[in-house]
Amino acid sequence: MMMEYTLFPLCEYAVTVRFADCIDEAVNEVVHGTATRLEAAKKEGIEEIVPAFSSLTIYYDPLVIDYIGVGAWLRKNIRRPEQATRRLARTVVIPVCYGGEFGPDLSDVARFHGMTETEVVTLHSTGRYRVYMIGFSPGFAYLGGLSPRLATPRRPVPRTKVPAGSVGIAGGQTGVYPLATPGGWQLIGRTPLKLFDPHREKPSLLAAGDIVVFQPIGDCEFARWRGEHD
Amino acid sequence: MIDVIESGFFTTVQDSGRAGYRHAGVPTSGAMDAWAYRLANALVGNSGDEAVLEATMAGPTLRFRVEAVVAVCGGDFPCALNGQPISLWKPEAVQSGDVLEVGVCRTGFRAYIAVSGGIDVPPVMGSRSTYVPAQLGGLAGRPLRRRDVLPVGAMHPFTAARSIRWGLSRLAASYIHGKTKTVRVIPGPEYDEFTPESRRQFFAARYEVTPQSDRIGYRLSGPALALVRERDMVSEAVVFGTVQVPASGQPIVLMADSQTTGGYPRIAQVAAVDLPILAQARPGDCLQFQLVASEEATRLYKEQHHRLIRWMAAIRRQWEGEW
Repeated sequence: MMMEYTLFPLCEYAVTVRFADCIDEAVNEVVHGTATRLEAAKKEGIEEIVPAFSSLTIYYDPLVIDYIGVGAWLRKNIRRPEQATRRLARTVVIPVCYGGEFGPDLSDVARFHGMTETEVVTLHSTGRYRVYMIGFSPGFAYLGGLSPRLATPRRPVPRTKVPAGSVGIAGGQTGVYPLATPGGWQLIGRTPLKLFDPHREKPSLLAAGDIVVFQPIGDCEFARWRGEHD
Repeated sequence: MIDVIESGFFTTVQDSGRAGYRHAGVPTSGAMDAWAYRLANALVGNSGDEAVLEATMAGPTLRFRVEAVVAVCGGDFPCALNGQPISLWKPEAVQSGDVLEVGVCRTGFRAYIAVSGGIDVPPVMGSRSTYVPAQLGGLAGRPLRRRDVLPVGAMHPFTAARSIRWGLSRLAASYIHGKTKTVRVIPGPEYDEFTPESRRQFFAARYEVTPQSDRIGYRLSGPALALVRERDMVSEAVVFGTVQVPASGQPIVLMADSQTTGGYPRIAQVAAVDLPILAQARPGDCLQFQLVASEEATRLYKEQHHRLIRWMAAIRRQWEGEW
């Protein structure tokens, strides 16, 4: 799919390419297709290509290439036929221990929707979620695809500390806290995986464009994962 | 090694920043005032990207266990070596046992304390810069504390200790003074969506830096800014210097530790050439924004870069002359 786009300078060393201004799977698909293509065509002075929901931003060295040069490079490569550039989305399975001490808000979420806890877990863990973008904090993935039946308002008073790995719901979004931070999401479970580890070659477990599947696990498995991977 | 006798108000290890991880949501961090950072490194004979200490408002007291060259650049912090006042923007030879005190800042807000060989903490994701919210880099990902011990890299042979009689002219610090700081900006991506009155006010009024300001962002206080039509924004890239306006109408300038994406309308982008001025603004100082074209901002940035290169080359020649 080819889309119209607008181009504007963000600062002396970055330009943003905007395809639309919405959260939409087809638009996001174009963003990732374009990012992949531009990544393959990188040239001297082009430093980083970072996809967002409906735009991507190209960071460059202004001492090597200027805004006009980046624009010309972009126009040349953005129009290439898509053959062989569309990569298959990677699926990442994230084990989650739902409820109990790891998901203190699971019962509230179930009550809010008039469901049982098991129904919430089944609905959440049968979804396929798309990583629209990484942002907000290191390793934090904005996921699309939460069942509207699970949309739940944030907690009225945010927690001062949410443990790393917590899986939560906020409005129509679901996500995993990569780091222990304050937060107001409804916590339904926790994963033993490290979403962000600065000492890994790829510090962020998830990348924009990935597909995420949540796999329910029990307490024992959670402890075993931790034991094996820490 | 360097012993931290007093940590100062908020002192972190910083270098030129953690580049290349925006796709993983990792801020670039690094020295807020790149001008003072680069010159401090050059003054101690370092080659470029070595880590230094960034002090905020009140500086640390350090005892050296090594022979080294140190330089303090940035805001006007009174400094003393073994109780004797020393000048900023000037290399000083220190012996093992010497104590450097960096006091409370008089004008400006941040000081860069460079040591020959650099602060040699292990790099994390290619940088020694401290990013406190994720406990990345620096000394255990946190600000310095009393009784910390800082490793120091090997110093360049030509900086072997002796008395050094030269330093930079006062011109190097000319951007630091004044309670009202003129900061040039280019229009932000949502500039045209603000009301004509807001766009006028943004440049006509002065915006005060509030105490709710840190390495992540400065919250400003002044006439409220409004969009013609409120709308939900989709998160997009933001960088050091992006001026965003949340629903309160009070602008926030994002700084070196800012997150990589934001969802508030962006009225302006501070020209990179003036980021050192912004880095040296303290709570209570006022910012007067001035509009420049994007091409002009790029030209100014390159010009500043080349000026910095010339200053650094002059420092290098001075060191070679000493040797």
